[in-house]
Amino acid sequence: MSLFTISGSPHVHSDTTTKKLMYSVIYAMIPAMLVSVYFFGMGAVRVILISVIASMLFEYLIQKYLIKGPATISDGSAIITGVLLAFNVPSNLPSVILVIGAFVAIAIGKMSFGGLGKNIFNPALVGRVFLLISFPVQMTSWPVPKPLFAKSLTDAITGPTPLGALKEELKKGDTVQQIMDNGVKFIENGKEVVYHIPSYMDSLLGDMGGSLGEISAIAILIGAVYMLLKKVITWEIPTAYIGTVIVFTGILWLVDPAHFVNPLFHLLTGGLLLGAFFMATDMVTSPMSSKGQLVFGLGAGILTVLIRVFGAYPEGVSFAILIMNAFVPLIDLGFKPKRFGEVVKK
Amino acid sequence: MLKTFKLGGVHPAENKLSKNSPIERLPVPKRVSVPVGQHLGAPAKPLVAKGDMVKVGQLIAKGEGFISANVHSPVSGKVFKLDNVIDASGYRRQAIIIDVDGDEWIEGIDKSTDISKDIVLDQKAIINRINEMGVVGLGGATFPSHVKLMVPDGKKAEVLIINGVECEPYLTSDHRLMMERGEEILIGTKILMKGLGVNKAMIGIENNKPDAIEHMTALAKEYEGIEVYALKVKYPQGAEKQLIKALINREVPSGKLPIEVGAVVNNAGTAYAVYEAVQKNKPLIERVVTLTGKSVKKPSNFQVRIGTPVADLVEAAGGLPEDTGKVIGGGPMMGKALLSLDVPVVKGTSGILIMPDEESHRGEVANCIRCGKCITVCPMGLEPWLLEKVVMHEDFDRAEKERIMDCIECGSCHYTCPANRQLLDYLRLGKSTVGKIMRTRRK
Repeated sequence: MSLFTISGSPHVHSDTTTKKLMYSVIYAMIPAMLVSVYFFGMGAVRVILISVIASMLFEYLIQKYLIKGPATISDGSAIITGVLLAFNVPSNLPSVILVIGAFVAIAIGKMSFGGLGKNIFNPALVGRVFLLISFPVQMTSWPVPKPLFAKSLTDAITGPTPLGALKEELKKGDTVQQIMDNGVKFIENGKEVVYHIPSYMDSLLGDMGGSLGEISAIAILIGAVYMLLKKVITWEIPTAYIGTVIVFTGILWLVDPAHFVNPLFHLLTGGLLLGAFFMATDMVTSPMSSKGQLVFGLGAGILTVLIRVFGAYPEGVSFAILIMNAFVPLIDLGFKPKRFGEVVKK
Repeated sequence: MLKTFKLGGVHPAENKLSKNSPIERLPVPKRVSVPVGQHLGAPAKPLVAKGDMVKVGQLIAKGEGFISANVHSPVSGKVFKLDNVIDASGYRRQAIIIDVDGDEWIEGIDKSTDISKDIVLDQKAIINRINEMGVVGLGGATFPSHVKLMVPDGKKAEVLIINGVECEPYLTSDHRLMMERGEEILIGTKILMKGLGVNKAMIGIENNKPDAIEHMTALAKEYEGIEVYALKVKYPQGAEKQLIKALINREVPSGKLPIEVGAVVNNAGTAYAVYEAVQKNKPLIERVVTLTGKSVKKPSNFQVRIGTPVADLVEAAGGLPEDTGKVIGGGPMMGKALLSLDVPVVKGTSGILIMPDEESHRGEVANCIRCGKCITVCPMGLEPWLLEKVVMHEDFDRAEKERIMDCIECGSCHYTCPANRQLLDYLRLGKSTVGKIMRTRRK
C-alpha cells in the first residue's frame, strides 16, 4: 500500500506568493524609473543600479554570514529597498554615499530586526534620512532636469526643489504670489540665476528638480493604479494620507493665501505622492486593519504638513512616515478589524 | 445584485469536475464498518453483538443523551465484530463491522422512488421520526437534525434556510441531488418547516450552478413559502453564519447559535434525508458522495451505503490514479486527509477528493510580511496572523480575548497567505487549548 500525504486543511493554496507581491511593486516603479532616466539621464541610471546592487549584496552577505539562514535574496524585497532609496536621492549623489545609504537601509533598517517582515521602519527611508542628516549638502543639491535629446534651456546645473525654494523665500518675507511670479534668485558659480517655480503641468510630467522618483506625478499614479489593481496596496493609506494633506493645507491656504501655498502645489511637488503610494503603503511597516490604515494615513498627513509648513525642512514625507511607522504596533492594538457578530456590551 | 456575505471570503478554483455526472448507485459492498459516533455529540450505544443477524434499516446503535443520533444497519448480514476503526474523520472510533449477506430490508420501509407529497405527521411526530431515523446534518458538521428543530424556550424561529451553496471546490453531491431529487428536497423542506413551525424557507444556491437554480426555482413555484436565491460565488458561503448573513443580513452573535437571530439552517442533502425519513420511513443508511480529482478517470457522484470502504468508490471511478499523493475526505478547503482507502464512508462524508502528488505538499514557510491579506479574507473578522503569533507564544488568554473561538476553520487565511504560513494549524491548536481552558473554568 502506498502512503498518502497527511496534512491539515486547507489542501489548496492561492497562487499569491511573497515574491509575486514584491515583483508587482517593482513593476509599478518602472514608469517613475523611466521618467527619472528621461530627465536626469545617466545619473539616474547610475544611482538606481548602484543602489539596487548594493542593497542586494548587503542583504545576501548578512543573510548568509550573520543570520546564517536560507537565502532570501530572490524574494525581491531588497530590490524594492534599493529602488526606493534611489528614488529618494538626487541623481548626482556620489556613489560612495549611496552605498553607505544602502548599507544603513539594509543592515540597520531591515536585517538587524531579523529581515523581511520584522523591521519596524521602512528600510529605504531609514537609509534616506540617515544620508540626509549625515550628508546634508550632497543630499540637497538638486540637478536641474535636462530631458534627453533636448537642448539645455538654462546654464544652471543644480537648482532648488519647488518646496525648498518656496520655503526659503517665504522666510524672507515674500508672499506666495510674488514667488510664483518672479521666481527665486540664487547664485551659482558666481552668476545670478533665476529659478522659476515649475508649472503644474511640469510637475505632473516630472520636469522639476527633486529626488529621482518623486518628480513625475503621472508616473507615480500609473504605478499606484497598477498596485491597486494587483491588490498589492489598499486604498486606505494613500487616500487618508493625501486627503489629510489636502484638507490641512487647504485650510491654511484659505486662511492666509499670501503665506501658505495652495494644496495642489503641496500635492504635486515634493515626495508626497511617492511617499503615499510607495512608502507609507509598505505592508511590513504599516497597520493591518482597514481602520488602522486610515489612522496611519491621517497621522502621516498631519506630520507632513507640520514639517513642511512649520518645520526646519522643506520636505516632511520621510520623517512623517518614519514617525508613524513607530506607532504601528500601537495602532494595530487599538484598531481591530470589524468582527463578525460582535456582541455589543451594554 | 446577487446576495452574498460581506466580510472576507476567497474564491478558490472551483474544479467542479463531476457536476454533470448523474448520481450512480453503487452495489452493496461485501463488508461494511459502521462507526457508532458519526455525528456531533455522544456516540450511540451498540445494540448488537458479534454473530447477530441484522437487516437493512435495523437499529443497531441507539443515540444516548440530548445531542446524539441513532445508527441503523445499512446492509443485511451477520455482525462480524465490534472493533475500533479509523473512519473518514481520522479518529479511531468504535464501529460495528457487518459481513453482508443478500439485501434484506426490515418491514415498513418504502423502497420505491414514487414521490409522496402529503405530509401527514404533525410537528411533534416529525421531530420524533427524524430523531428515530438517525438523520444528521449532511453538510459535514453532522449535527443531529432533530435537535435543530427543537427551538429553546424564549427563542423563536422565523425562517428555515436550506443550504444548497456547496461552496467547497470539487464537491457536487448537493448539486446533483438538487438536479435529480429536487422535488424530494422541496418536500423535505416543507417537512422541516412544519417541524420548526415556520412558514418561510429560503434556499440559497451559488451562481456557479445556474442549472440547479433554474430547476429548483421552477419546482419551488408549486411550494408555498419556499423561495430560491442565487448567491454570488464566494467561499465560505456554505458556512452557517455566512449563509444567514448573505440571505437575511443578520449576524449570529459570537458564541451563539443561529436560532438567536431566528434562523435554522439545514443542508439540501439533509432535506432529502428528512424526506426519506418522514415520507418513506427510511433511516439514514445511504448518502450521495462525490468521488473526484484531477487525475480520476471518471469523476462521479455515487449513492452509497454508509460504511462502504472508500476503496470501493475509488474502484468504481476508474481506480486510484498513478500520481495520487493525498486522499481527502471532504473538499480541499476543510476536508481531512485520509490515512488509507480502507476507511468507511460515514454520514458526514460529502466527497472524496484525490489529489495528484504535485499538489499534495505544502510550500515553504516564509516570514510574515504583514500584508494583512489574512485579515481581509477572514469571514469572522479575526486577525489570523496575530492569533498564530499568540498561540506560538502560548499566550492563550490573549488568544481568547482576540476571539480565537469565533474561528470557523474555513482555511481562507491559510489559503491566501503569500508567505505560506500555516495559520490554520496554529488556530486549531489554539482553539483546542482555549476550549479546554474555558471548560475547566466553567466547572
